[in-house]
Amino acid sequence: MGEEVNANMQHPIGEPMNNGNPTSNQPREVGSDTLKRGLAQMLKGGVIMDVVSPEQARIAENAGAVAVMALERVPADIRRYGGVARMSDPALIESIMRAVTIPVMAKCRIGHFVEARILEAIGVDYIDESEVLTPADEEHHIDKRQFKVPFVCGARNLGEALRRINEGAAMIRSKGEAGTGDVVEAVRHARAILGEIARLKTMKREELYAYAKEIGAPYHLVEETADLGRLPVVLFAAGGIATPADAALLMNIGVDGIFVGSGIFKSGDPAARAQAIVQATTHYQDWHIIAEVSKNLGEPMVGINVSTLPEAERLAGRGW
Amino acid sequence: MLRRLGHEAVEVRLPQHLDDLDALIMPGGESTTFGKLAVRWGLIDPIRRFAASGKPIWGTCAGLIFLAKDVGHDQPTLGLMDVRVVRNAFGRQIDSFITPIKVKGLDAPFRAVFIRAPIIAEVSPNVEVLAQLEDGTIVAARQGNLLGTSFHPELTNDTRMHELFLSMLAQPAR
Repeated sequence: MGEEVNANMQHPIGEPMNNGNPTSNQPREVGSDTLKRGLAQMLKGGVIMDVVSPEQARIAENAGAVAVMALERVPADIRRYGGVARMSDPALIESIMRAVTIPVMAKCRIGHFVEARILEAIGVDYIDESEVLTPADEEHHIDKRQFKVPFVCGARNLGEALRRINEGAAMIRSKGEAGTGDVVEAVRHARAILGEIARLKTMKREELYAYAKEIGAPYHLVEETADLGRLPVVLFAAGGIATPADAALLMNIGVDGIFVGSGIFKSGDPAARAQAIVQATTHYQDWHIIAEVSKNLGEPMVGINVSTLPEAERLAGRGW
Repeated sequence: MLRRLGHEAVEVRLPQHLDDLDALIMPGGESTTFGKLAVRWGLIDPIRRFAASGKPIWGTCAGLIFLAKDVGHDQPTLGLMDVRVVRNAFGRQIDSFITPIKVKGLDAPFRAVFIRAPIIAEVSPNVEVLAQLEDGTIVAARQGNLLGTSFHPELTNDTRMHELFLSMLAQPAR
């Protein structure tokens, strides 16, 4: 597979290629929960990769990524450079949108609905209201129901996940501790969310009311989650995933898919590692395949042990 | 949905998973990812043989792209259906939509979910068009034991498209 294959495929952003069907009077529902959650459904079992350039986006697509997250800096560099981390330059995001045919996501700051409007205006496919960037509002998350574009949000536990869904999030990911290469926080958050759902399934109705209050989540979503036996939206793992084995670990714990941030392009051989993580995510219960794809990947990203991180440098505590 | 209709369903990731199956559904997803994984694990030829044996195959959205002969893009596909598809033909995610469509063989309109959907831009004479938008855009077609839809019946509770596909088990390819 050459990397040039994507170049001639794109049409100008924001302009439907044809069959945009402007004259039809067939009723069309747009921006609904089915459509927003539906795109995340299509990404299930897949890997979403952080990229900072069109070249990296093509490497990710060629490796089999189901989507890319367009950023100026991966979380490991956000940590290194410090200062205020904001939405990326829209021109950079657009150049990444032109480079690949898979969905392109981008991050805005928690509560920064204007950054979100900008990302919607340029046509990104999903917005991550992300604790990896510096929060813009310490009290309010974005009212995500006002947007046509779907949102993904981070969560550390079920209450946080359901609060975000109540605000309109169409996909949830664990927060993990981004930019560390330490998978422990992603495991903690995935276990917390899935464990609480397992508990919900054993509760009687009257217990659900008390539980909803205890975790600070809207009752109707607690009830829906109990009935479904899972979140009403897709749940991915994110934060600190650096190896094929990390990805398969989270898949076996029970998430629907994987975000890899700094883990790929901060490693020795990004193309090989990206492919290996995709293979391990697909075949997450086939130990022979995971063993095979884990060979000769070069240096993984240099990690930071989360337990050595001072509280002020932890990102997962942002948002509530 | 298949289990609701009384059928067993398993996931296919490797060629040996195709053994003993009566029919194959390739659901939505990203067609480039499908292609990479199918090539890597040697699924292309086994699925072609599966089709040649007359067993029904249904592709929705990315699955339709994966079935098509021509996708206007250099990516691995099965190249089984004599159609030309255009990927992401309606635009990006904010252009995704739901609309009722008439489907040949179904008595009432079907609520069709289009997410970054492809369209069928051209069909050979041996392909039967099953559904079109009002402007004539083809969004569902059948060729013998192959069924392709631009939209996602797997995202609604309406089982009629699944039943239509299952009926192809009973009436093998021409």
